[in-house]
Amino acid sequence: MTLLWILLLPLLGSLVPVVTANWRRSACAMATAIPPAIALMILLYHSSAVFAGESLRYTLAWIPLLGLDISIRLDGLAFLFSLLILGIGLLIILYARYYLSEQDSMPRFYAYLMLFMTAMMGIVLSNNVLQLWLFWELTSISSFLLISYWWHKSEARRGARMALTVTGAGGLCLLAALLLLGQITGSYDLDVILASGAVIQQHGWYPLVLVLFLLGCFTKSAQFPFHFWLPNAMAAPTPVSAYLHSATMVKAGIFLLARFYPAMAGTDLWFLLVSITGLTTLLVGAYLALFKHDLKGLLAYSTISHLGLITLLFGMGTDLAAVAGVFHIINHATFKASLFMAAGIIDHESGSRDMRKLNGLWHFMPITATLAMVAAAAMAGVPLLNGFLSKEMFFAETLHQHLLGSLSWIIPVLATVAAIFSVAYSMRFIHDVFFNGKPKGLTKTPHEPPRYMRMPVEVLVVLCILVGVAPGYIVGDLLYAASLSVLGTAVPEYSLAIWHGLNLPLLMSVVALAGGALIYINRKHLFDFQNTLPGVDAINTFEAAMKMLAKRCQQIYSWLDNGSLQRYLVFLLMAIVVLAGLPLLQLDTLYGGRPELPVDAVNAAGAAMLLISAFATVVFHRQRVVALLMISVVGLMVSIAFTRFSAPDLALTQLSVEVVTIILLMLALFFLPHKTPKQSSPTRVIRDISLASMVGVVIGSISYAIMTRPFNTISDYFLANAKTGGGGTNVVNVILVDFRGFDTFGEIAVLGIASLGIFKLLTRIPVFKPSSDGEGRPWALERHPVLLATVSQGLLPLALMVSVFIFFRGHNLPGGGFIAGLVTAVALILQYIAHGVEWVKSRMNIEYQRVVAVGLMVALITGVASWLFNKPFLTSWFDYFDIPLLGKIELASAIAFDAGVYITVVGSTLLILASLGKMTTSHRPVHTETI
Amino acid sequence: MESLLAGCIGFLTACGVFLLLRGRTFPVVVGLTMLAYAVNLFLFSSGRLTLQGAAVLGTTDNYADPLPQALVLTAIVIGFAMTAYLVILAIRARADLGNDHVDGKLPGNENSRKESR
Repeated sequence: MTLLWILLLPLLGSLVPVVTANWRRSACAMATAIPPAIALMILLYHSSAVFAGESLRYTLAWIPLLGLDISIRLDGLAFLFSLLILGIGLLIILYARYYLSEQDSMPRFYAYLMLFMTAMMGIVLSNNVLQLWLFWELTSISSFLLISYWWHKSEARRGARMALTVTGAGGLCLLAALLLLGQITGSYDLDVILASGAVIQQHGWYPLVLVLFLLGCFTKSAQFPFHFWLPNAMAAPTPVSAYLHSATMVKAGIFLLARFYPAMAGTDLWFLLVSITGLTTLLVGAYLALFKHDLKGLLAYSTISHLGLITLLFGMGTDLAAVAGVFHIINHATFKASLFMAAGIIDHESGSRDMRKLNGLWHFMPITATLAMVAAAAMAGVPLLNGFLSKEMFFAETLHQHLLGSLSWIIPVLATVAAIFSVAYSMRFIHDVFFNGKPKGLTKTPHEPPRYMRMPVEVLVVLCILVGVAPGYIVGDLLYAASLSVLGTAVPEYSLAIWHGLNLPLLMSVVALAGGALIYINRKHLFDFQNTLPGVDAINTFEAAMKMLAKRCQQIYSWLDNGSLQRYLVFLLMAIVVLAGLPLLQLDTLYGGRPELPVDAVNAAGAAMLLISAFATVVFHRQRVVALLMISVVGLMVSIAFTRFSAPDLALTQLSVEVVTIILLMLALFFLPHKTPKQSSPTRVIRDISLASMVGVVIGSISYAIMTRPFNTISDYFLANAKTGGGGTNVVNVILVDFRGFDTFGEIAVLGIASLGIFKLLTRIPVFKPSSDGEGRPWALERHPVLLATVSQGLLPLALMVSVFIFFRGHNLPGGGFIAGLVTAVALILQYIAHGVEWVKSRMNIEYQRVVAVGLMVALITGVASWLFNKPFLTSWFDYFDIPLLGKIELASAIAFDAGVYITVVGSTLLILASLGKMTTSHRPVHTETI
Repeated sequence: MESLLAGCIGFLTACGVFLLLRGRTFPVVVGLTMLAYAVNLFLFSSGRLTLQGAAVLGTTDNYADPLPQALVLTAIVIGFAMTAYLVILAIRARADLGNDHVDGKLPGNENSRKESR
């Protein structure tokens, strides 16, 4: 449980500065420091167990089925990194208290900083790779916030964007790698993955996983060619640079290399990718660092170079190299963080970071200068300092490897070259800043910083010296425990002594020191040479590339999504042709063996009429009224087809819907143009015809293939149980109101919703009243033909009687609620047509939306009523009664449900048509606006 | 007979699709109606064709499959609701946007789109 607190405390700590924002600055800083300090103490409390080689674990089940647990593991490596994160974090809190000026919002800075600390702790403590990745992304985001802390500066915003883009893209690669690892090993548990090294490396996906994994590590740890974001992230406040960009975040990639070392390392591919990348980064960083005039720029490239060195060590694949890598992580964090802080002090107290202006600061700030010089000497690898020790181990390992066969000697040579430049830039840092004449053009006189601002630097520098003098005592246990958890098995024999006798590594160190001094003294020639090279402006290049990428994406996007409905439809229909057509190609024959029914003359004539009227609809589609008449013929023929093929219910429904649809479209034409202008180009027409033909051929073929195949229907059940279970002989109706009553309920609900939607669409519509038809002819003067009015009035009771008849017989003979409802609706609509809205309204003032609601309620209550009898929703009931005079009568609850259907259909249909009709007939348009 | 009906379904589909690809709202509505006929016939025909076999118990020995019929019956009504909704949407779009193009603006005339409410 205490382990969880190590993670939770920094998270809580991110709230502390927000709460204490109004306190004095020092109080706020102190309060912020408390949670990480407690976390550090808890960590140290566990040190004895960790140093004994134990791995402490804590798991909180979250979604165990998905392999997602909150899972913590504290082993040597995690301990080492936690120590760096919390320890240096505390120093940074102290340092930032003095670094930030009165204008800077300190609570905001501390909140971001603690958030970042939480994220880093989450990475190093996670025992679940998905959890690890989550924290990994959180570091990218919190570092974005920290780099852009001075968001009023353009370079801060740009640098932050760049860092986020690069590390975020790497994070996605890492996620892919971790998911693949989870697939390979069957678990997202880190323990399982680390124990499955052999399985992973023999898996076919290993190269892919490795590349994705390394992309994640290398982007985070600023390895060449992804190094460019780090120098641009130097726009951040210096405490951020010291913390994120030297000690912690850039080490996250290295941490992953170390963490997954047992699972991923040891193959040729690993060596090739990791060591070559590391070596290149080491050289490029060391070389470029020398030419930076900005103090932080120099340190940034130096950091890149050292990160390359550690990467190279992990890439060599020997156990000792890994130990050296872990050791250098510790050493680099101490001396580089102190150097960044020293650079911050110099910047703070002299107003500049430009080494061309900063000279001879020794006279102004001797103590800071001494501290910085010691740290820089550690960076250069001067004996008796920590940097020397790990660099010696590095040199020794470069000599022991045989990775490049007979060319293996190149690696130690290149390592020495890099070390030479490392010495040279370290010397420049010391000599150019603290000596070399007097300051030039500084805006203020440099002086020593406040006592406590210097203290973090002092602590770290003392550590540099202590480790350098007595490595075994100070970091022996830590190094051993961390190396143990990296290697997974036994740690090889290694010696942390200062003096190993006269050997080749020592000679390499001497060469590096001498060569570095030589280069520094003759740096003028090198600078001249470097100035002749074309410079690459990383940030502009990057942003241009990003703009290019965004533009390309935009182009692809606007090509796909250009706002044209026709285009989308073409894509969709093509997909239909491909998806539905391909399986047909695999079919040997369309004909399925079921004998066809004979074609008689009536059928042939009906089909001919159907085809001709459909074709005519298309041909005359520009003349909309004609097209409407033609399609009504199609609908009629379809309902005749239903009659022909033994579906009387469908025929009746289709027939009545047809009437309503045509009236509706006719009404709609009042508001829409009567003609369609010719706009499609001939090629467009040809494209559409061919696409439509393809779809038609595919659908027709499928239909034929289905119809000619024998099949087993589930309808036998319905046929067998309609009478006994549902009490009706019209099986279609029994299915609708009984067997599948719930479906029907959903369908009438949809109908009701559609009609309400229409009602809503038509309210407050900008009224558009054409005064004549499309040809320019004025509307007929005779509002309501007398003949129609007379006849329709007489027809109404008749029609209503027919609909009642259809409704009641529906359970046993073709008919039912749907059809009866449509018949009623048509009869009522006829009254609207014949007499106008006012006439109907004065006689029958009903709000149809209420009718819809009543219908749905009737259906719902019928369904719910079965609950009273402890039966499921919509269980039907029926019985037969002997009533005098009338004889035996059947009463079924399904009738009540069907009544609900009936009322809903009447209400919806009338709501739709009357709403639209009211727009026209109640206010006959007179000379307002022409089309 | 089956081949004839399949041909009709295919042809109705083709006609419907062609109208669906037009640029103005009304032909699209008509096309959708046409397509609805084709779809209803298609679904109906999946129960195979039966002559003289209405699924009313006691009238015949060879019943037509009642299940696709029940499905298509509601499909017809829902199809009407959909057509109605679409055509009202078209009217509303015409009223709000000042044209009856399916994209709400006439091709090559970006400014014809009015501020929609």
